[in-house]
Amino acid sequence: MDIRRRQVLKSGSGVTLLTLLAATGWLRPGEARAAEGWNQAAFDTHSLADTVKALGGGAAAPNPGVTFFQTPDIAENGAVVPIGVTSTIPGTESIAILVEKNPNMLAAIFDIPAGTEPSLSTRVKMAQTSNVYALVKADGKFFVATKEVKVTLGGCGG
Amino acid sequence: MADPMRIRATLAGESTEVRVLMSHQMETGQRKDAQGKTIPAWFIQNVAITHDGKTVLAAQWGTAIAQNPFLAFKFKGGAKGDKVQVTWIDSRGDKRVDEATIA
Repeated sequence: MDIRRRQVLKSGSGVTLLTLLAATGWLRPGEARAAEGWNQAAFDTHSLADTVKALGGGAAAPNPGVTFFQTPDIAENGAVVPIGVTSTIPGTESIAILVEKNPNMLAAIFDIPAGTEPSLSTRVKMAQTSNVYALVKADGKFFVATKEVKVTLGGCGG
Repeated sequence: MADPMRIRATLAGESTEVRVLMSHQMETGQRKDAQGKTIPAWFIQNVAITHDGKTVLAAQWGTAIAQNPFLAFKFKGGAKGDKVQVTWIDSRGDKRVDEATIA
């Protein structure tokens, strides 16, 4: 899956293919596409166990090697919540960020190639006060850390 | 075409810190407009960052990434003057590629 996506990104042929698909009516513009290299099944999940399953694992074990940084205890604005995740587990292959009470739990999956530090930060939206999970895949096994972030103003409503 | 990304890549010791700020609505598909119609989801799905032709970070994103997405990470092997290239593709198939020089 990864190799195909990288090839698509590298060659730029992804866009050509999509344009072609749109032209032939396979894809209607404005609709979410079932993208190449985008794990639709994982992004549709609503529980941590289902997400781990969709990512090809059995169960995620809590592990102190996964930690949060720059992540607030209380977020005043749910539309922009900084989340930083570090893994000290050897052989970390990917880091995923999940927000338990969002309409779709999975926010992001990052693939960490060798040479890249298993530590990154981004900003997510949170609908309400919820647990945030950092899910780490290392050597084919899944590990998780949990942190509750309180939200005073939700970020998903109108 | 979407607005350019702001990318900063700085060498600190052995690692290069990359910070990217993208310009994108990241519409969740949960919101409704003034007429009560649901605004369709429109968000960045795939991000790839390469250095010297090698992928240093690949990401899949859902709708929960905040508007105008921010991303920071570090990788080893960069040198001053090297280029770091960032590509994203969104759920409409739009694509944007930008690059920055490691300072």
